[in-house]
Amino acid sequence: MNDELVRTEGLTRHFRVGKMLSRHDLHAVDDVDFTIGRGEIVALVGESGSGKSTIARLLALVYRPTSGEIYFEGRPLSAVRTRRQRLAYSGDVPMVFQDPYSSLNPAYRISHGIGRGIALHRRDVPRHRQLEEIERVLDAVGLTPADEIRRKFPYELSGGQRQRVGFAQALAFHPKLIIADEPVSMLDVSIRIGLLNLMSELRAREGVSFLYITHDVASARYIADRVLVMYAGHLVEQGPTEDVLRRPKHPYTQLLLSAVPDPQAELGIADAADIGEPPKVVDPRDGCRFQPRCPYAVAECATATPVLRQLGADRRVACHVAEGDPQDLAASG
Amino acid sequence: MSGERMLEVRDLTVAYHSDRGPVIAVDHVDLDLSQREFLAIVGESGCGKSTLLYAISQLLSPPAEVLGGEVVFRGTNMVSLDEGKLRSIRWRHLSVVMQSAMNALNPVLTVAAQMRDVCRAHSSMSDTEIEARSTEVLRLVSIDPVHLHSYPHQLSGGMRQRAMIAMALLFTPDLVIMDEPTSALDVVAQRSLMVQVKQLQEKLGFAVIFVTHDVSLVRHFSDRLMVMYAGQLVELGATRSVFEQPLHPYTRGLLEAFPSIHGPKVPLLGIPGAPPDLARPPVGCRFAPRCPSAAARCLAAVPQLLTVDESRVRCVLHERVPAEVSG
Amino acid sequence: MATPSLAVEPASPFRVSGVVGNLLRATSRNRKAMAGTVLLLLFLVLAVFPGQIAPDDPSAEIFMPGLGPSAHHLLGTTAYGQDIFSQLIWGTRLSIIIAFAAGGLATALAVLIGVSAAYLGGIADGILSLITDVILVIPIFPLVIVIAAYRKNAGLFTLIVVLGALGWSYGARQLRSQTLSMRTRDFLESARVRGERKLYVILFEIMPTMTSLIVASFLGAALYAVLTAAGLQFIGLGDPNSQSWGTMLYWAENNEALGAGMPLWAIAPGVCVALLGAAFALLNYAFDEISNPALRPSRRRRREELPE
Repeated sequence: MNDELVRTEGLTRHFRVGKMLSRHDLHAVDDVDFTIGRGEIVALVGESGSGKSTIARLLALVYRPTSGEIYFEGRPLSAVRTRRQRLAYSGDVPMVFQDPYSSLNPAYRISHGIGRGIALHRRDVPRHRQLEEIERVLDAVGLTPADEIRRKFPYELSGGQRQRVGFAQALAFHPKLIIADEPVSMLDVSIRIGLLNLMSELRAREGVSFLYITHDVASARYIADRVLVMYAGHLVEQGPTEDVLRRPKHPYTQLLLSAVPDPQAELGIADAADIGEPPKVVDPRDGCRFQPRCPYAVAECATATPVLRQLGADRRVACHVAEGDPQDLAASG
Repeated sequence: MSGERMLEVRDLTVAYHSDRGPVIAVDHVDLDLSQREFLAIVGESGCGKSTLLYAISQLLSPPAEVLGGEVVFRGTNMVSLDEGKLRSIRWRHLSVVMQSAMNALNPVLTVAAQMRDVCRAHSSMSDTEIEARSTEVLRLVSIDPVHLHSYPHQLSGGMRQRAMIAMALLFTPDLVIMDEPTSALDVVAQRSLMVQVKQLQEKLGFAVIFVTHDVSLVRHFSDRLMVMYAGQLVELGATRSVFEQPLHPYTRGLLEAFPSIHGPKVPLLGIPGAPPDLARPPVGCRFAPRCPSAAARCLAAVPQLLTVDESRVRCVLHERVPAEVSG
Repeated sequence: MATPSLAVEPASPFRVSGVVGNLLRATSRNRKAMAGTVLLLLFLVLAVFPGQIAPDDPSAEIFMPGLGPSAHHLLGTTAYGQDIFSQLIWGTRLSIIIAFAAGGLATALAVLIGVSAAYLGGIADGILSLITDVILVIPIFPLVIVIAAYRKNAGLFTLIVVLGALGWSYGARQLRSQTLSMRTRDFLESARVRGERKLYVILFEIMPTMTSLIVASFLGAALYAVLTAAGLQFIGLGDPNSQSWGTMLYWAENNEALGAGMPLWAIAPGVCVALLGAAFALLNYAFDEISNPALRPSRRRRREELPE
């Protein structure tokens, strides 16, 4: 598809853990397929250990996949080898980090990081126009007056402002896709909305796509067009946001949604006593990884790893039990 | 008020001494707690909720200092107590669950050893009694007692947090203070921990002060809700009333800053801006610069704490002519 | 546009630019730093303008030998008829040069090796750490003696090189630890992800945040250089014709100054060595105190701390 920016096929990443003699494989990400389109905001939702941060780093070329492939604008990332090619790619796909208190170098003013980004990635901006461009991106993320802000040191800015600087740095590359790794989870609640709105605005104004990685489903619903749900390294459900949240088909998605505190909803704890935790996926056997906690598990779930199946237009679920018609599942829960 | 007053905090003021002069982190705060009551204290960074908590449990250390006010727990003013008397109160009647279990639990001791430490420090139980009690509290929080011999790093995040709660319950205290016990946990573990805490509270009958930045978490669990901003108490009332009819503009903004999962999808604003620098607090209402309803007189003086029905709120919007009784 | 968010222990706004401003402000607040600075400045002035202060040519053997302190000769004269006070003043220069040069060389090596070892990791780290540990463990003074003895009458250059080449290991250890603790900081990952080269990250992203530690390391190295150089010269491994406190001690010892009624000849340079060493030590302690806040890990709603 022309509109397709990123496509992954069988994306897998394992890590060697343990000491020299007893080597184990940590399956951080296993066999993940998804796409991101132009101008699209895709949310990657999962708890810690689900593999979402690893996917971010695979896309940012911090790690190479153990197997599988990532295609960017149709070209495989495995073909990106030289420094020049890597620079070109990271100019198209920058990353925004989670911790506003460690994502900016405290020894330099705000203009430094943005300036370096421009120097490395924007051949079209000559030296004497750098300041102008720095101020332009600071403006674009709502940090005004830009000429004052760029002179400040990180300690002079609040957490929310620092995160905006992170977005400004990414914007300075003229990117096609911004990977936002939990950009608001360390901010005060009242400030988060401002940054979520910023992402929507940037998408609308500059046409940038976002891969928004979060554990907070509510914020995913607020800005994302599509949502991908990860559990223990597997992609278990994906589809348009409203659809997935209204009619979740995977039991884990259902559990996640029922656990989200919603001040506007009444408490309907059917079974809030699930105290299981996501498994650490070291040397896993075949079978569904959610099976130990799943209320609908059948025999097959323990032996055969479910693959993503198409269950409706643009809906894919990795579950043996999930049906195309969701009403049955919801009623029996 | 039903039941005996468990805790009365009157006019408590706590400051941090810094290079720029004293920073008043808790500004003349009042608080009441009855037996078996679940009070949630909500606020964002810099509001003073954690300082308040430490002040109540007498865990402050320099450069923090209590400048004034009193903390009366079961009839005794704790501010004036010495270390020995405090120790007899700690853990038996008042225990604290810290924010991050990984930081609060000793990584080189097993769970059993840590519980033994606590028991020995605050009582003269025999070793068999200690072991029996440790097993019992672990069961209370749904941890298999086999984990008595585990080290903290061998437990998952949720289990560690529950182990901390178990430790806090060793002497079935009258009051358990919790400082953001769920912030390091994932959503599903958070929910189950909250339910567990509530169940334990109802079963064992202790009061809870629960501090969090995430107000949506306590909606279904707390009896009363206290909102703090920039070191001051800005709203206090029954949880249900605060949620359904928030009186203070900050509370309103805070409640609206949570995008809904199930309700209609609407654009939200949050509360743009940032809290004031408490080293140089403004003369008037501290929320005024960010308040959508601010008027000129809001900047003139700090609003009084007013009573509206059963709630208290610090906002001129609720002043009735003639001036209301303030607290 | 918002005001900076609440800091429980707020940072002061600086008028001077970041790094230098940090240092100046931190120095003026700390008593040890002030004392050390005053002492050091005193010696620096002596080193730069000896001619203005010292009344006589230090090597001129023109006076009556063995004189006690008097108005003419504030500290008396040596057994060879030299003015002790002038020798003392002129000797400052060499000691300062050694302190800064050898201290500087040792620090430069410490930074290079320590930071690279931590950042590069893997085998590079293994090898560099091994070398660091070996040199750390070997007793320096005997080793320095052996090397210096090889080159009889070690000139200034040899002295500096030997001291510098052997004195970096302690600082390298510290800097390596500090760099390791910084590896998880997002701004480093951010730099890598935007395509910076590793060398750039080491020189321009990591090192600027460690200036306090590097300065503290330098002060420690300078202290070590002063004391070790004095020691070497005292036992005769320096150039005996040079003007320095260590050689003064050497000649004083040779002539049994303490017993023969010229105690100031030995005591004066000894006191100077101690004072210069103390200056560096005081500044070192002070900088440790200053740089410690920077070592605290960042938490969620933490107070805004100075990087230095």
